[in-house]
Amino acid sequence: MSVLVYTESENGKLKKAAYEVASYAKGIADLMGTTVTAVTVNAENVKELSQYGVDKVLKVSIDKLSKFNADAYAEVITQAAKKEDSKVVIISQTANAKYMAPLLAVNLEAGYVSNAMKLPTLDDGFNVERTAFTNKAFSITSITTDVKVLGLSSNSYGLKENESSLTQEEFSPELTDENFGITVESVDKNKDKVSIADAEVVVSAGRGMKGPENWGMIEELAGVLNAATACSKPVSDMGWRPHGEHVGQTGKPVATNLYIAIGISGAIQHLAGISASKNKVVINTDPEAPFFKAADYGIVGDAFEVVPQLIEKLKEFKANNS
Amino acid sequence: MHSILGPKILYLFYNTLKIDVMKILVCISHVPDTTSKINFVDNDTKFDINGVQFVINPNDEFGLTRAMWFKEKQDATVDIVIVGGKDTEPTIRKCLAIGADSAYRVDTEPLDGFQVAKELAKVAKDGEYDLVIAGRESIDYNGGMVPGMLAKLIGANFINTCVSLDIEGETATAVREMDGGKETIKTSLPLVIGGQKGLVEESDLRIPNMRGIMMARKKPLNVIEPLSSETHTEAKSFRKPESKGEVTLIDVDNLDKLIDLLHNEAKAI
Repeated sequence: MSVLVYTESENGKLKKAAYEVASYAKGIADLMGTTVTAVTVNAENVKELSQYGVDKVLKVSIDKLSKFNADAYAEVITQAAKKEDSKVVIISQTANAKYMAPLLAVNLEAGYVSNAMKLPTLDDGFNVERTAFTNKAFSITSITTDVKVLGLSSNSYGLKENESSLTQEEFSPELTDENFGITVESVDKNKDKVSIADAEVVVSAGRGMKGPENWGMIEELAGVLNAATACSKPVSDMGWRPHGEHVGQTGKPVATNLYIAIGISGAIQHLAGISASKNKVVINTDPEAPFFKAADYGIVGDAFEVVPQLIEKLKEFKANNS
Repeated sequence: MHSILGPKILYLFYNTLKIDVMKILVCISHVPDTTSKINFVDNDTKFDINGVQFVINPNDEFGLTRAMWFKEKQDATVDIVIVGGKDTEPTIRKCLAIGADSAYRVDTEPLDGFQVAKELAKVAKDGEYDLVIAGRESIDYNGGMVPGMLAKLIGANFINTCVSLDIEGETATAVREMDGGKETIKTSLPLVIGGQKGLVEESDLRIPNMRGIMMARKKPLNVIEPLSSETHTEAKSFRKPESKGEVTLIDVDNLDKLIDLLHNEAKAI
């Protein structure tokens, strides 16, 4: 009956998202009066899960799973849920987790709620608040099936420390060729750069930069802040920056701790996509730009003057505070 | 001799064609335009459609446009399907005007991702489609589950957040966008993809021309009865985010202040 949580890893290391979903699973287990079981795939540092309230970890070590495969991973979690007789299964909302979730839900005949923001309430059914309309609204959604799958939005619940005594168990699910209908031929991951999904800080720029040749200072600012770079839709449509950086309603949503928008006016679709970010800074020459209404901190000024100065000041600050 | 062999050759030729032609089904959502004001009525239980313009879900439109490429370059046939009431028909006609061959409308209100996936699965299965293209998510409810559920329900391979797709015979080569990068995937048909921008570029999207619009009127729009109204989830109510406080403006010459606020107040650096 314990709450099952899939704690993701990359290159053998648990991701930050794993600790957040573990914290969330512990919150739900407390509401339900039960324990938390985590399932890991090829992760080494599973002991750290004991800091976030996990009671038991099912360790899966299968070479064939070294590259992510949605169907096979869904099968692993399905079998873990059945073994634990779990009624609630928690996953993150990384691209991989979103890919896998609907397959997992069908396997378990479970109702699935994506983009969950908060702990569910259990007094009148099983209700959970999620974002909808690209963060322009929240929806209270009820899951009516016996087994439930919840996908937690990143940076929505946070990390909650909760010391537990963790037991570890090797777990060997049965996988067949059918689970490997897809072969990953090559992975093209920018190892030197932080991804938008993992970043604490995102530095984003728009048409105000005037051309792709001016992105050097954006990259440099991102470097100083250990931030991911992003861009507005027109910039990606014009091919100044890759599609993967496009943030907004038809691009990527950003739920980061700090979002810095440079030369972005703030179209409604863009603002929706970034609205889950906790702190927003805008730098724009036009004081009437809609972004100023959505931002926490604003500078009316020319990016070409402000950004280089900001880089210098931040370098100083980092030097004094590290 | 001619009269004996003729039909046989034709028949063989027809059969070869049947094997070669790829059948594509594109799943379409009918959603509020991205600029829509989002409001709710009936005690915040329903989306307010008053004054809202509905469009083809952008993620689906990229997929539909890619399907047109397969139609024009590889002789594929392209059907579209929508789960929704009669109010979705302008969206369906637009898809036909863009170039889809025929349309299916499952005559029921979409209630949750599972219900929609089940209806789509029936259409996909009955039509024996080789490739089903859906958008990675609809921009209204953002469930992001229909393509994957559909794939699992019909036992097809599945690629989500697909940004490039090529098909040669039974083999598909695709690029999937993931956090911080991309991966290249090989798989086989039947295949379901959750597509998005990248499948085609924004500039490749098509505005229906007059000829397309006229032809769309004559293309078949098949209305079919739903299987069931079984759901797994129910959106009970909605709320809008709290309005946020005023922006704190910082002078260009006082960037130290910004750093101080970000460090001490926001605790973000």
